Amino acid sequence: MSDRAISIIFFVLIIALTLGITVWASRQNKSTSDHYVAGGAIKGWQNGLAISGDYLSAASFLGIAGAISLTGFSGFYLSIGFLVAYLVVLLLVAEPLRNLGKYTLADMLASRFNKSSVRSAAALSTIAISMFYMIAQLNGAGALIELLLGINYTLSVIVIGILMTVYIVAGGMVATTWIQIVKAVLLIAGTLALSVLVLAQPSIGFNPVNLFNEVDSQIGADMVVPPPPAGLVAGLDVISLNIALVLGTAGLPHILIRFLTVPDAKTARSSIVTATWIIGLFYLLTPVLGYGAALFVGQDAIAAQNPAGNTAAPQLAEALGGPIFFAFISAVAFATIVAVVAGLVVAASSAFAHDFYSNVIRGGNASEQEQFRAARLTAVGISVAAILLAIPAASLNVAFLVALAFAVAASANVPVILLTIFWKRFNTTGAVMGILVGLFSCIILIILSPNVMTGPNPEPPLTPIIPIDPIFPFVYPALFSVPLGFLGCYLGTLLGGGGAEREREQGLQVSYDEIYVRSLTGISNIEQEIQESTPQEEPRTT
Amino acid sequence: MERSDEWVRVERTSAFRELRQKRKAFILPATIFFLVFYFGLPFLTAFTTVLDVNVIGAINLAYVYAFAQFAMTWILMHLYVGRANRWDDLVDRARHEAAEDDESGRTGGTGGSE
Repeated sequence: MSDRAISIIFFVLIIALTLGITVWASRQNKSTSDHYVAGGAIKGWQNGLAISGDYLSAASFLGIAGAISLTGFSGFYLSIGFLVAYLVVLLLVAEPLRNLGKYTLADMLASRFNKSSVRSAAALSTIAISMFYMIAQLNGAGALIELLLGINYTLSVIVIGILMTVYIVAGGMVATTWIQIVKAVLLIAGTLALSVLVLAQPSIGFNPVNLFNEVDSQIGADMVVPPPPAGLVAGLDVISLNIALVLGTAGLPHILIRFLTVPDAKTARSSIVTATWIIGLFYLLTPVLGYGAALFVGQDAIAAQNPAGNTAAPQLAEALGGPIFFAFISAVAFATIVAVVAGLVVAASSAFAHDFYSNVIRGGNASEQEQFRAARLTAVGISVAAILLAIPAASLNVAFLVALAFAVAASANVPVILLTIFWKRFNTTGAVMGILVGLFSCIILIILSPNVMTGPNPEPPLTPIIPIDPIFPFVYPALFSVPLGFLGCYLGTLLGGGGAEREREQGLQVSYDEIYVRSLTGISNIEQEIQESTPQEEPRTT
Repeated sequence: MERSDEWVRVERTSAFRELRQKRKAFILPATIFFLVFYFGLPFLTAFTTVLDVNVIGAINLAYVYAFAQFAMTWILMHLYVGRANRWDDLVDRARHEAAEDDESGRTGGTGGSE
């Protein structure tokens, strides 16, 4: 049997497995609550695995291993930042968000600000972030499948796009959650097996120190030590990247939405513990994969296949485990991408259908059935849009696009989320302006940066996009766009005049006391909660 | 008016005040600590070479610092979750105290002016 036939068999198996889950889940996907947040009945460990599944995207599995294999230490920043970000999520954001929200991020903001402009702005940023993230995943998937199965990039993107649409439209959040769980288990098993193979090589002898020594002596010391200081701009760019990494997660809609799929704060907490252990152990192994690929595949072979190193992990599997293991790892990478894209589509379509269609266009009067139909229709629309945008993005790098999605999330969502929870004077104008300033300053800075304004002759592997020299010298915008997001919140609040006090009198804002108490305790309706422990469907009517 | 009273009642309970004080006493220093610890690594590597010292074989101080961030994340996470799970009792107490306050408020109200 040819190697390609083995690859195809594994792909078909993975697709059959995920479709099977979808069919099973579709029988349980009966209401909007099931569709958006799996009825709020997912268990802690399941949700922990699902968070890991959502989080460990193509950028983590393919991108970081590739970056470490080609550039060494600087690729490891991504691993550290992606993990430490969970402290921001756990300590500052997760519980208040859970206690205040219902289906989406905008619900949490709307629990304080009683105005459709806040919902619209939050829906816009959710869709923008999900799009960035989705284009990155589809782009990675396209490159991977093109390489493995010989189908061309455009067709690969279309096939994955259609698959994920089927998952979402039929299965909703229940299917997505179970696909994430299966994928997380496969990904961890694959990563562990691959790491054991690397460590079992005679030159390593199950001693991780030997791995570093080998890289140091065979490839060069600059692969192990951090890149030398290269001036103010380069140094601040490293800081800027790290700001986006550590804050971005707390603004990622498809991760935040996961805290709403569990029944209480305790379960939300335990799911973060599970997720943080899994994600942390995975990232701890990324140097083994990256350095292993550099040693046993060779940097030239990796760069020849994909200039950004995105196929380093599958190539390592082929070099050490042969064609069957290669097919398995590739299928895992494929499942990873499909699962992450599915999670993103749920987040983006919920934002549009629930926040924009149901609450803004229909003024909160859409029936369950209409909402459900709108959510499914938007899922199709968003998938089509992402496919169309991913096709011309063929030359862009996966990990880079994801890092930008993190920057957009950190700039547009994080300031507003934090200030909604912690700032008494915050008002509607501040919330809207904060989201818009953060979102657009980040996107504009990206366009003015060397990423897009590449100049006529960019250094390979970059290809020219806009042949003008960059106006903004930094690759990563977060150092400026995150403070701008906070500034937008602050100035908007001043411009809004009167502040929170007057808005409360006008009924535009819920009293901060209520928000504060609810965000800390999750108490939504005291008298009722005393009488019976079943929470109400829509506790707040004001 | 009545609705906002309800929250004020919870806010006034001693259990809620204790919860607020305990959360603040842990989260504020913990957040400052992990942010300083986290940004210490990129600052030191991007602007200095002090971490380019080998510690065990070719593993240098930068990698040791990087691995320490993993340990820091896990330790801080468990410190928080252990506390937060105990704070849930305070939430329950605040709920009951507020409800009792409500009961006595209501009986007091009916027995008084009405």
